[in-house]
Amino acid sequence: MEMRRPEIKAFPYDEFNDNEYIETLRKNGVGVIAGNLDQLINWGRSNSLWPLTFATSCCGIEFMSVGAARYDFARFGFEVARASPRQADMIMVAGTIVNKMAPVLYRLYEQMADPKYVIAMGSCAISGGPFTKSYNVVQGVDKIIPVDVYVPGCPPRPEALLYGMMQLQRKVKVERFFGEVNRKEPKSHRLPDIRPEEMPVLAGKYQDKE
Amino acid sequence: MFDFSVVTTWIDEGLRRIMPEAGAIAVECVIIGVLLLAVYAVFALVLILAERKVCAAFQCRLGPNRVGPWGLIQTVADMLKIITKEIISIRHVDRFLHNLAPFLVIIASLLAFACIPFAKGLQILDFNVGILFMIAASSIGIVGILLAGWSSNNKFSLIGAMRSGAQMISYELSIGLSILTMVVLAGTMQISRLVEAQGDLWFIFKGHIPACIAFIVYLIAGTAETNRGPFDLPEAESELTAGYHTEYSGMHFGFYYVAEFVNMFIVAAIATTVFLGGWMPLHIPGLDGFNRIMDYIPSLFWFLGKSALMVFVIMWFKWTFPRLRIDQLIHLEWKYLLPLNLVNLIAMVVIVALGWHF
Amino acid sequence: MSTLKALIREICPNAVFQEQEKENAPLQVGLQAGELARLIQPLHDHDSMRFDYLEDLIGMDFGEKPGVIYRLYSTRHKHSLVIECQAESREKPELPTLSHLWAIANFYEREVFDFFGIRFIGHPDMRRLFLRSDHVGFPLRKDYDPSSNPLRLEAENLPDDTSVFVEHDGKTEKEDHAVFDKDEYVVNIGPQHPATHGVLHFQVSLQGEMVKKVDVHCGYIHRGIEKMCESMTYPQTLAMTDRLDYLSAHQNRHALCACIEEALGLEVPRRAQYIRVLMDELSRIQSHLLFYATFCMDLGALTPFFYGFRDREKILDIFEATTGGRLIQNYNVIGGVARDLHPDFIKKTREFVEYLPTVLDEYHQVFTNNVIFRQRSQGIGLLSKEQALSFGVTGPTARASGLACDLRKHKPYSIYEEVLFKEVLRYEGDCLDRYLVRMEEISQSLSIIEQLLDKIPQGDHCAKTKPVIKLPEGRFFKSVETARGEFGVFIESRGEKYPWRLKFRPPCLPLVSVIETLAKGNKIADLIAIGASLDYVVPDIDR
Repeated sequence: MEMRRPEIKAFPYDEFNDNEYIETLRKNGVGVIAGNLDQLINWGRSNSLWPLTFATSCCGIEFMSVGAARYDFARFGFEVARASPRQADMIMVAGTIVNKMAPVLYRLYEQMADPKYVIAMGSCAISGGPFTKSYNVVQGVDKIIPVDVYVPGCPPRPEALLYGMMQLQRKVKVERFFGEVNRKEPKSHRLPDIRPEEMPVLAGKYQDKE
Repeated sequence: MFDFSVVTTWIDEGLRRIMPEAGAIAVECVIIGVLLLAVYAVFALVLILAERKVCAAFQCRLGPNRVGPWGLIQTVADMLKIITKEIISIRHVDRFLHNLAPFLVIIASLLAFACIPFAKGLQILDFNVGILFMIAASSIGIVGILLAGWSSNNKFSLIGAMRSGAQMISYELSIGLSILTMVVLAGTMQISRLVEAQGDLWFIFKGHIPACIAFIVYLIAGTAETNRGPFDLPEAESELTAGYHTEYSGMHFGFYYVAEFVNMFIVAAIATTVFLGGWMPLHIPGLDGFNRIMDYIPSLFWFLGKSALMVFVIMWFKWTFPRLRIDQLIHLEWKYLLPLNLVNLIAMVVIVALGWHF
Repeated sequence: MSTLKALIREICPNAVFQEQEKENAPLQVGLQAGELARLIQPLHDHDSMRFDYLEDLIGMDFGEKPGVIYRLYSTRHKHSLVIECQAESREKPELPTLSHLWAIANFYEREVFDFFGIRFIGHPDMRRLFLRSDHVGFPLRKDYDPSSNPLRLEAENLPDDTSVFVEHDGKTEKEDHAVFDKDEYVVNIGPQHPATHGVLHFQVSLQGEMVKKVDVHCGYIHRGIEKMCESMTYPQTLAMTDRLDYLSAHQNRHALCACIEEALGLEVPRRAQYIRVLMDELSRIQSHLLFYATFCMDLGALTPFFYGFRDREKILDIFEATTGGRLIQNYNVIGGVARDLHPDFIKKTREFVEYLPTVLDEYHQVFTNNVIFRQRSQGIGLLSKEQALSFGVTGPTARASGLACDLRKHKPYSIYEEVLFKEVLRYEGDCLDRYLVRMEEISQSLSIIEQLLDKIPQGDHCAKTKPVIKLPEGRFFKSVETARGEFGVFIESRGEKYPWRLKFRPPCLPLVSVIETLAKGNKIADLIAIGASLDYVVPDIDR
């Protein structure tokens, strides 16, 4: 089956060509039945990306603005911002991630249920932004977790963020659920293998005692 | 007025003609079971969408409007997503109880849902203590919530579950007593007879002052029973992240999510049945012409319309009021609602004994 | 001034007084660590000193030795004192603690310990405040090597013990104390939690629903801004201020600009001053609207959250037209403002000034007069005036406790002397008052804007500055009133184009330090309400 052209209302397809992931998909093609089932599932997933309420700094306020009355991302199905990572589909890294926060972010990402997506919002999350020279700032969250969409800006405008979120929707729409692995991450984005015992724990020595 | 029992009797007779009685009953059970699940799911989807649209309207937003015309199938997308989402198994949990808990909640909700008289003759369970059964069944859900909190090995969950336990056990009293007040007036606990007794006038008018008080108490307690704002302490988002279901993901979380909304509908449906005449049209004694016109509207519409109104009121609560604190919540029940309810019950008994009702 | 001098000389004969450059500059004195220990008690208690407000405690690497600069103020005598005290060695720097007299010194000293490694003798809780407990080295020292702290993804084991350094016969000894007992029920609120307004981490010990102890962990967004500023030219440092307390971006930048301008002796054009004040007040309204939104949300009322944001957008529109930025505007520059006002500015602002009072009434109807809200906030989290002073709390939070501390009134800067407004004071010090103070401040800010809107003078919007800005040698301090309290900027200049040390006095750190006092004995739900009513912004705490 031919590659679909994922459609999103009010958002031309041509703006979605510059994407390596699509290129690899295009090469391989999709089976008919699996393809159609995929389409259904992806339609559901892409239209129901619940964000995790997660914000570290300035971008978090703009993220709230996007959820508020004027921009209202609920229109696109990002409605239910979940406070528990187990129930969220997407983590919006809004703001600087510093060395102390890095294990926490990594843990949050690991706590989320598959399929999970990451949007790096703002230049701090992309590269460390204005704080890139600092001794305590992580230079881009892609050093810790794989990122799907980067939204530049300091902070990005709500429109930019909506655009980025729709790009994510489109990316979800071309995924494959059957036959293939759910999502391939490029090697460079492979996470360090951390055994469960070494998972970041946020408490003292009493935490693990039964 | 169309009686749905015509349809059900016809199916029943047809089945009995082609197979032995036991087989017919088995087939009927399966059909009813499938229908019940389907209707349950549809109700959940519609209610969730309605909630989003209503809250969007309160908040000067548009709400979902991209998926399908006016966002009508937004919740279908949500359902598809949540079904295909991973269910995380967590270390250090009591796995059996952890997996059992969401099912307990959904079973309790389904059992109560089965008792609802949707229209004339359209009711699955109907026996002499129907309303008692309905309340009893719906309160099994608390066990699921307590188990969820206990088995999750998460402190937030535990606090949420304990809050929920305290809250639901307290407010169960108010629900029971306010319905008991109406049972005194009706003289029966069978749901179909409760509705039929309101043929001339709805109970809320018949029982005038005590009935109105019972109605208000029931609404407050019912909202608390479903863990919805302003009584959403067990899952108070700003305090306990997601309360008792913090550790649940995928469809297990979906069960809680769905059960919350259908429970809200069940509370509204009980209010409709007991206070607002169930599927009975609005009848005013003495106005025969008016009554006859009202009879032309199908009973299903009457029931759903009234329930929708009640659901709207409950949503209105949630999106208007701030959340109570746990001690205030318990005070409200034990210091105000419960004594009020007891006095109200006695008043109703006196009124019924003296025949002062309409 | 002279009596103060004499008193200090009496207690510390070796005190070194510095020359007064300006008429009303605070008295500056240099002390030895041993002398400081003797002076602390009289500073606080002596009748003619009574320094009850520790404005700031600035750690600094003086080059050879690390040390501390204390800024003290007396609300009774209205005089201030700056004490400079260097530790005796670089390897094992030690200074006496102030935390038993000024509660805020607890956090400030932990910060200095974290950044400079100075150990405060007698401090009850000498742990790192911002950095990971396994951090190597002290980042704000000049010889710090950042490569010794690579990104670590493994667990940070928060220490269960804290240490106290006690002096015994001239030797300091370390004593360990457990933070929480073994059988306490400790709940982690944060770092990712919807109610912490960012990434703050409370370890809360609970008894049922009752809060027994709160241990605050900051630093989840510690970006090392102060250290970065040391390698930036002055115009470059401006960009950092916007990102501290992003809701008071204008005011923060105003403070730094004013500090640099004062050091340079630069005259800011009248038009620029007017524009700055207008923008400051708009920011204040914007910030208080966001406070309303999040406070309501934390109390569980979700709809007012959207109301607050809806009206905040209108201010952002005004910002955007003139400055090009919504949240972070980068508008103030040294000598004035970056661009002139947008032609529509006056019209739009006037529309807004007329619009907002009508919605404020609506807010009060929906939320303020709600029974549940009143019960949740009245009498919760009581902060007395003395506590507020001791904890260095400023801004609306302190004014809700009856502490008159509005810098716009008491140390007027820019053109605040020329406008008429009331300093909003309330006296209960509970969550409700903190809320009401902010709501009334919105009205006051509106009236300031109204007064200024018609009078904006013509002229330049920015003074001419040299291409390379070098500050003269010296120490400069300037503080302004942001939406959260006193935001101070301290610059130590050694005559170069980079600051030797740039320290921000964050208004939010005192707010966080006060949480334990307020929340003890209340419920968890109250802890959330208290946190929301303090209205802290986490990046401002951590810097």
